[in-house]
Amino acid sequence: MASIEVRKETCVGCGECVPACPFGAITMDDSLAVISDECTLCGACESSCSYGAIIIRTGETVETGIDQYSGILVLAEQRDGTIDHSTLELLGEARRLAEADDSSVSVVLLTEEAGDWPAELISYGADTVYLAEDAQLKHFRTEPFSKITEKLINEKKPAVVLAAATTTGRDLMPRIAKNLNTGLTADCTELSIDPESGGLLQTRPAFGGNILATIVCSDTRPQMATVRPRVMKAMDRDENRDGVIEKIELSSNDLVSRTEVLEFNSLDEGSVDITEAEVIVSGGRGMKSPENFALLQELANLLDGTIGASRAAIDAGWVSYPHQVGQTGKTVQPKIYIACGISGAVQHRVGMQSADIILAVNKDETAPIFEFCDVGFVGDLFEIIPLVIKEIKKRRK
Amino acid sequence: MRIVVAVKQVPDTAEVRIDEERGTLVREGVPSILNPFDEYALEEAMRWRDELGGTVTVMTMGPPQAEAVLREAVSMGADEAILLSDRAFAGADTWATSHTLAKAVEKMGDIDIVMTGKQAIDGDTAQTGPSIAASLDWPQITFVGFVRELNQESIVAERYVEGGCEVIRASLPVVITVLKDANTPRLPSLRGKMKSRKIEIPVWGREYLALPEHEVGLDGSPTRVVKITTPEIISNGEIHHGEPEKLAALLVDSLLGTEVH
Repeated sequence: MASIEVRKETCVGCGECVPACPFGAITMDDSLAVISDECTLCGACESSCSYGAIIIRTGETVETGIDQYSGILVLAEQRDGTIDHSTLELLGEARRLAEADDSSVSVVLLTEEAGDWPAELISYGADTVYLAEDAQLKHFRTEPFSKITEKLINEKKPAVVLAAATTTGRDLMPRIAKNLNTGLTADCTELSIDPESGGLLQTRPAFGGNILATIVCSDTRPQMATVRPRVMKAMDRDENRDGVIEKIELSSNDLVSRTEVLEFNSLDEGSVDITEAEVIVSGGRGMKSPENFALLQELANLLDGTIGASRAAIDAGWVSYPHQVGQTGKTVQPKIYIACGISGAVQHRVGMQSADIILAVNKDETAPIFEFCDVGFVGDLFEIIPLVIKEIKKRRK
Repeated sequence: MRIVVAVKQVPDTAEVRIDEERGTLVREGVPSILNPFDEYALEEAMRWRDELGGTVTVMTMGPPQAEAVLREAVSMGADEAILLSDRAFAGADTWATSHTLAKAVEKMGDIDIVMTGKQAIDGDTAQTGPSIAASLDWPQITFVGFVRELNQESIVAERYVEGGCEVIRASLPVVITVLKDANTPRLPSLRGKMKSRKIEIPVWGREYLALPEHEVGLDGSPTRVVKITTPEIISNGEIHHGEPEKLAALLVDSLLGTEVH
């Protein structure tokens, strides 16, 4: 049986746990934390205690408590008041998953000013929008966002919590999962409901994309996952969908943060975020020198695209790291990906295989890239690419 | 300044092969290496130690042979090393791993910063760093591409995010996870190599850390892997051979056929 215990010899009576409890279940008695029957064993106090004086022991009651959890909660991501497309993708996926057991889809939006977005989130699949607006929620900050979300999860008890596997989601979700003592699966590319157990099957690439692992979180709730952006599909916008907008009451403690955002610098003009590019001309070991990337740059300019590179080209110092595509670089999904002198090792493939069309130029006809590209050209890129540039200019005239 | 660097011994995923018939990973003969991202965390820690004084302690959780990556880190310049090793730690997911690492940090006491690589190249989760921060209830800065300032009270770091860079100030103690952009890791020195051969590395187990069985290893892990498959590669591409002129024309055909503008 699960239980909570305050270790008398360790508790210093600092009172930190009192505001940490979302249920007001802790009082201080003669410099000792005392926990009342209001306690739901959520674990918020355990993690708030700097002295490790509060211990929750899990047991079978937690497993039976699983039944209290239902529905799917999506964490919305916004920057400068605009919702990231990945949030709409998550709502689309959540709707599909919710069909399995006819459960509900909710979304939590923490922002400075929501504008029309709550209604928009309903149009894209949410049944309930939990909304908190505060000037201090303008920028993502780990602590307030995790505290508010943890409280919401403890109150609403969703069976599944999803966030995008962006730098925000991957910062926030591990913190929440650790504090709630539940499991989290990173960067999923496929989700489904196990028809037998009703649990969430979370599939993700591992070992540099060599394998796909399916992971479950069977004994604790919620089941949490970050989901790779641009893999799931958003549903068509439906203005006629009904939904509820529910305000989250914030306390000043919710907004306390030991980090502050001093500034945000957008990428320099001219430099492009390759994850947003529609056309990527990418070079690998076969480029032989940094100067040769000028050739790819010229082709990229003609196609309004940007330059990518494999790890080999990055490690050789030919191109800067923000251009790296692949497991240890970025995952891209352009409309067109042109791989020049890239062998196509699995570490590279996992970063670009969701491109709409992959073209490959390589001298070596046994290169793995030819096993999964859409159109391959066996030949010398230093002959072919200049001719391609010439041909495009000619046809455009 | 007392900095702990959490590192991981990983199989070199570039060398991992798949047994096509059985669909399993062939780990045999695959070299074990220090997780590449952790080298950047280690370098960042040593850079600031060299400037401000203090110590860099490198720590890993793993089987006894994981000691090798600690010795490698010492050869690069780490001052101390601690191995967290116990049969009970086996099978840990990121929850149990970060829980154990955090307990070790608490045990060391008076640590100012925990640094670790953005992610490990075997699991690619990027979860252990922020989970350590949660366990310790410290602030965190993840995906750090550059550390601007560091003193006894606070750190200012650039966090590389989609579309730009956030400049974040955090109070100490803090957990940060480091990107490749941050620095260029140094090579082992002769002195470091000598030290790495001699240094005694304490081994801390579950009982030493006063961790109950249900909080470590597989027992303490909320998640389980239930299935491993190898990704299918659908090969239906057309491959062209021939003269460069012909190939260039065909390439432009496929390009303009899918032109986006």
